[in-house]
Order: sequence, then structure tokens, then C-alpha cells
Amino acid sequence: MEDLRDLYQEVILDHNKNPRNFHKMDRATKVLDSQNPLCGDHYTLFLLLEDDVIKDISFEGSGCAISKASASLMSSILKGKSRKEAEELFQLFHQVVTGEIDPVEHLEELGKLAAFAGVSEFPARVKCAILAWHTMHEALNEETDSFSTE
Amino acid sequence: MEMTARRTEEKFQFNPHQYRGDFPILGEKVHGKQLIYLDNAATTQKPIQVIDAISDYYRHYNANVHRAIHKLGETATEAFENSRKTIARFISAPSEKQVIFTRGTTEAINLVASGWGRKFIGAGDEIILSEMEHHSNLIPWQLLAKEVGAKLKFIPFKEDGTIDFPVYETLLSSHTKLVTITHMSNVFGTINPVIRIVQMAHDRGIPVLFDAAQSVPHLPVNVEHLNCDFFAFSGHKMLGPTGIGILYAKSQILENMNPYQGGGEMISSVWFEEATWNEIPHKFEAGTPNIAGAIGMAKAVEYLENVGMVNLTLYEQELTTHGLEKMAEIPGMKIYGAAPERGGIISFNLGDIHPHDLSHFLDQQGIAVRAGHHCAQPVMRKLNIAATTRVSFYFYNTKEEIDSFVDQLKKAKEFFAY
Ligand SMILES: Cc1ncc(COP(=O)(O)O)c(C=O)c1O
Repeated sequence: MEDLRDLYQEVILDHNKNPRNFHKMDRATKVLDSQNPLCGDHYTLFLLLEDDVIKDISFEGSGCAISKASASLMSSILKGKSRKEAEELFQLFHQVVTGEIDPVEHLEELGKLAAFAGVSEFPARVKCAILAWHTMHEALNEETDSFSTE
Repeated sequence: MEMTARRTEEKFQFNPHQYRGDFPILGEKVHGKQLIYLDNAATTQKPIQVIDAISDYYRHYNANVHRAIHKLGETATEAFENSRKTIARFISAPSEKQVIFTRGTTEAINLVASGWGRKFIGAGDEIILSEMEHHSNLIPWQLLAKEVGAKLKFIPFKEDGTIDFPVYETLLSSHTKLVTITHMSNVFGTINPVIRIVQMAHDRGIPVLFDAAQSVPHLPVNVEHLNCDFFAFSGHKMLGPTGIGILYAKSQILENMNPYQGGGEMISSVWFEEATWNEIPHKFEAGTPNIAGAIGMAKAVEYLENVGMVNLTLYEQELTTHGLEKMAEIPGMKIYGAAPERGGIISFNLGDIHPHDLSHFLDQQGIAVRAGHHCAQPVMRKLNIAATTRVSFYFYNTKEEIDSFVDQLKKAKEFFAY
């Protein structure tokens, strides 16, 4: 069970059971569709952007524990962050879950996101962890308003 | 149900351990745990006899078929054509000429859609399918329907995962040109009432195709008795290698069909502007075939004949009954499909645990199951779920393996209950 504990950290199990910011947002300036048709994971992200700052963020939908906990943690962490800070966190998170960098050296910047370090051991689950982040990243770069992983 | 199971047990003995030793992979460890392979509907494991047959071909008589006037070429051709005979015998095809080698079920169905469908199905015509088709018996018909302006009609499935037979009757009309349906569902395990389906279609002169990808590996099959017009299955789901499968069809139909692909082997005489076609089955086998695949598949068939398809079916029924009973005891268990006639495929969800989390958990314990939509997205949509977890058995599985799987389901429930 040790390995599994490594992936399903308590933080992840908790955010899966009790997702934060898990609701619709009427005053959102951006509503984003975030889905992985292959798994059936499907979330809607709500963003309130003001002067390059994420004033508020929430989400709805369903999917596996990893994707849901990731969306939940992301929403907690990005609230109040600037576009630039959010992008930096995305890059860092991306490198951690794909195993490109050692999370131990970035514990401070990562905070609770470090719980996802175990994902890099399971290539099939990287997409789950990155799903909501990817949608956010695309939206902040304003390339498209919707992103889906194939 | 328990009574019947007990009674079968008394008069019928099947020992999977007699065969397990033939499957090298069953001794493998996964994440440090003994492998328990319960994903047989996706693909089955291969016995050493099949692995050796493929290796022998490459080591001792590798050559192209039907072309060479040298010893190796003759040996390879003979082995290839004998494989066709073995497979024809296995499904009781009247002649091996009716057995066409394809890449698998998917290619066999595409071959029919292309070679037969394009010629005989036109604007306003209708094709009847069921709602429980694998994408491989759906998309080829969508493509054809778009191309020629035909319509698809669907026999609904009911709550218990069986088709709504009375609706089938109402769908049949003078516009119907083909009925194409799965013999055994890869989601529910349902064995469809194939004989009645054929009778009702034939009464109106309509041909029938069976997607037999899940049935041939697990049931004794006789295509003459089924009296179907087309019959498609895959080698890799019945102990054989990947990349090889079969289309069986009635002779008259094959004679009237257009070729599927053009190239070597499928021709008789070729001029710059035109060509005439080789005889069946070669007319449908353009290019160098999967020779090793055919030899491996025939060896798999011989292995299954040795086990005995009746024994195998009875034993798998025992396994399935056992699995269904044990699984149903877990609170929060939702099993999809409860057909009285079914094979060893069980799709389920456990509480609100996502199938990907569950299969990940089981994988860590060495247990291989399938999670997802099982190439049947419309089925998931109708059930209003994103995915299921699926276990599927083969004759080398044991009741002990199923018990370990059920124990781990209980552990997963605790784990994700956090
Ligand atoms: C019912 C059914 N039909 C068709 C297929 C497709 O078989 P293949 O991928 O071997 O062509 C499968 C297996 O995936 C199946 O379960």
C-alpha cells in the first residue's frame, strides 16, 4: 500500500472528498470547459479576472480523485495570484508531475501542491493531475477559451 | 442460482491449474505482487504453444506465401493455408474459402462495409444495429451511411443489458439492408439471441452480421447453425497474437462483393488499365498477409479445441456466477447488466470511486482490470455514467483470484472513504 499512499496523499484524498471552491460563479469573466474525453473527466472552471489578477476562481464537474483534487487545490492556491504568478506555478507544477524536477528543491513554492509529486511515477495519471491546470494555462494565455486533452 | 452452480460443480470438474503452467506471463509479478489478470475481454494471454509456433515459423521456415518456388515458400504457404483450414473447422465453416484473414474484428467489419456495403447499400436504405455495439461495429456503418445516404436504426438495450427484441421486430422494414449486432456484449457480457435475430431478418431476406469478437473465444460456435451471413472475430482475444482476425461470410455473398484493398495476391490478371480478381478468399487478401499471425492463431485454436469449448464455457459460467455473487455482497456495488444468458464480463461501479482510481488501486495489488468507456461511449451516455470498471475472465482464471480481487475491492472502499 506504500506506493499508493505516495500517489493518493491525504491532501489529495481530502480534496477529492471535500473539494474547495466547488460551485458555479455567476460573475465569472471566463467560463472554461476542461475535459478529458478518454476518461470522461469533465469540469467547468469559473474565473474572475481583474487587472491581471485572479480575484476569484471556482469549479464544478466530476472526474477521478487526482483530477478533482488537483482542480480543488489549484483553485485554493491561485486565488489572488497575478497572471504571471499563476503561469509560473503552472510551469513548476507541470515539471513536478512530469518528473522533470525534484520537488524537494521547490517545497516552499509548491506548498500543498507537493502532494502531487507521486504522480510522476504513474505516466497514465499525469493527464489527470494536469487537466485543470492546462485549461487555466491556455485561458491565461488567451489562445483559446476551451482546452481538452486528447 | 447457487443451486445450479453447485449442481454443475458436482458433475463437472475443470482444473485451471492444468493449463496455467502453459502461460508464462501468469507467473509474472507486477509491483512486486503476483499478477492476477482479469482483463481478458481486452486481450487474452498467450500459451507457450502459440509463442513457440510463431517463433518456429520465423526460425525455420520464414518465407512469403503463394509466390515462391522454393522449399521454405512451400512450407510457409502450406502452414498458412492449413491455419485457414483449422480456423474454418473451429467455427464449422462449410469451406475454408469462406475464411478471410484480416487484421482483426475491426478490419473484418470495415471490409464488409466497404466491399459489400458500398455495392449493396444506397440512399434511403437502413442498417439496423444495437445500442450496445463496440465502436468497431458502429463507426464503419456511420461512415458508410454518410457516404451513401443510408440511415442507421438502433435496437435499444434495456435496464438488464439485453436488447429490446420487440423493438427489433418493428425496426425491420423493406428499407432494411443489413442487421449488424454483437454476439456477446463487451460491456454487459450479454449473449444476444442470435438465432432469433437471424430468423427474423432472413424471413424478410435481410442478411445479418455478427461481431463475434467476444463470443468465439468463450462459446462453442457453429456458423452454419447460426446461419449468419457475416461473422467477424479477432485472434488476440482467443490466445492468439495481435494483428490477425477473421471474416467469415457465405460463399455467394463473397463472390458478389467488391474487393476491399487492391494490390498483390488479390488479382488474377492485370493490365495497365484494369484487372480481374483472384478467387475467394484471396480476392480479399491484398498484399503479404500476417503469416506468423495466422499460424499463431491456428495454434491458439488447437489449444482451445484441446481444452474443449464446452468445458471452457461451463467453467467460465461458474467463475462468473461466483464473481457476481461475491461482488454483489459489497455494499455500494452497482453491476451493469443482468442478462440471464451471459459470458464472463462484469462491468461495475463501486460507490463513488472513479473507475480510474479503482483500477489504479487494484493495479498496485497486481490485479489488472479495465477502466473506461470500453469503446462504447454511447452505452456509457445512455447509462448516464462516464465510465465503468470491468473484469473479464478466461478459463485460466481461478476462484481464488476472484476472491483476492473482491478482497481488494473492499480495501479500496476503505481507502477512498477517507
Ligand atoms: C465486441 C467487440 N467488438 C469488436 C472489438 C474490436 O476488436 P479488435 O480491436 O481486435 O479489432 C472488440 C474488442 O476490443 C470487442 O469487444
